[in-house]
Amino acid sequence: MKDHRDNTGGVSVEVRSLRKSFNGQEVLKGIDFSVRRGEIFVIMGPSGSGKSVLLRHIIGLEQPDSGEILIQGESMQSSGVMDKHRMALVFQSGALLSSLTVGENVGLYLSEHRLHPPEEIRRIVIEKLESVGLKGTEDKMPSELSGGMKKRVAIARALVIEPQLILYDEPTSELDPLSAVVIAEEILELNRRIGVTSLVVSHDRDLAFGVADRIAVIHEGRIVAMGEPGEVEQNPDPVVRRFLRADFKRPNER
Amino acid sequence: MFQNIGEMVLLFWRTLAALPLAWRQRQKVFDQFYEIGNASLLMVCLLSFFIGGVIALHIGPVMVERGLASAVGGLVGIAMCKELAPVMMSILIAGRIGSAMTAEIGSMRVYQEIDALRTMNIDPVHYLVLPRMVAIAVALPLLVIFAILVGWLGGAVVSAANDRIDIGFRAFFMNLRDVVDIPDVANGVFKAFCFSLVIGIVSCHQGLVTLGGPRGIGRSVTKAVVNSIVLIVLLDYILTRLLLS
Repeated sequence: MKDHRDNTGGVSVEVRSLRKSFNGQEVLKGIDFSVRRGEIFVIMGPSGSGKSVLLRHIIGLEQPDSGEILIQGESMQSSGVMDKHRMALVFQSGALLSSLTVGENVGLYLSEHRLHPPEEIRRIVIEKLESVGLKGTEDKMPSELSGGMKKRVAIARALVIEPQLILYDEPTSELDPLSAVVIAEEILELNRRIGVTSLVVSHDRDLAFGVADRIAVIHEGRIVAMGEPGEVEQNPDPVVRRFLRADFKRPNER
Repeated sequence: MFQNIGEMVLLFWRTLAALPLAWRQRQKVFDQFYEIGNASLLMVCLLSFFIGGVIALHIGPVMVERGLASAVGGLVGIAMCKELAPVMMSILIAGRIGSAMTAEIGSMRVYQEIDALRTMNIDPVHYLVLPRMVAIAVALPLLVIFAILVGWLGGAVVSAANDRIDIGFRAFFMNLRDVVDIPDVANGVFKAFCFSLVIGIVSCHQGLVTLGGPRGIGRSVTKAVVNSIVLIVLLDYILTRLLLS
């Protein structure tokens, strides 16, 4: 852990023996890990391994069958935790409200909770959009934006909450390499600037090893490896090695 | 089915509990109200004019043959305000507005927009259901008052224009005024209010429980419209019995 993060506004996250089944099929089979305040923690794993479900539990969109999630030592099941700690999820699709403009989307949290007068909200919206490189887009509709821009708007919408914990669900999926780099830089920059705890779910190896303080690899609902990027890269577990070293070979090279 | 009914009752209760917040959501209520009125007013006029006309066309000649020409206005008046305007307009609104509500909320659910609201601590009942419920509960009774008036006009025009009926405007409305009283109109408007709650709750609930992609949205819309119409007809019988007694 780097020193500059010790006094941040980030929160710690602890997941204990988390289990969840859907229609009799167990998706999470006892997940245990903890994320320190201000840390960038990346959860990697193949599609369908339960990464997004895990994220939905941490933000309170799903209830576990057993186990618990502690935010700054307080159980998510106890009332008022969501109000006490500011958390935001950047959805894989962006999940912008399609009937609202970009500006209305970004300022939705502030306007619905009546935290500022409209002029102040507009100022904050412009500032947050500028901080993700989208100056002048506030009057556009989400349908007018590219995939990468939508994700950056979703990040701006998350920033408005002034979160202590940001969860990113596949932030670089469906993006070209250049946009993916911009998003990765954004994650690092936010972490450095506001000291937010970041939990990133991804199967993008470049992103994971580029931004993570620690990485966990999840496979079939279980964590099979966890540690700093170098440790995970050297992990001898064949499942981990197969996932991290997966490479495409042309038929004549096999 | 019982789970659906339970969920709808719970949703209705949560919407009622959120009613004090309606003023805060007034812009959204007004937007929805405008949407309902703008989308439906012309259709309501057209439909009710011809319903009134058809009733006059059916009963007019029969009554005139039996020397009861003076009762045509009253009959059209009662049929229109107590039964046809509230039921037909509610069915129209279920098809036109209820389906749009389900499709919009359903697509928000499928494309995770409702999840996004939840992560921002914004209650979808306050943000999505409450404005729609308030708007439809105000708009439908108003549309029904409109439909009653236009339906009467349709009956009067047909009664005057049809050779086999041939009852003048004045005679038609004189008889209508003798037979139809304010409580009769209130009866129809009250029914419309009850039907509006049914359409609102069924449509919003179906939207909120939508699963799957575009096919799921289509399935939800069909279910919302069919369930609304079935419930309107059932409730119509119950309300008519209660209001008669």
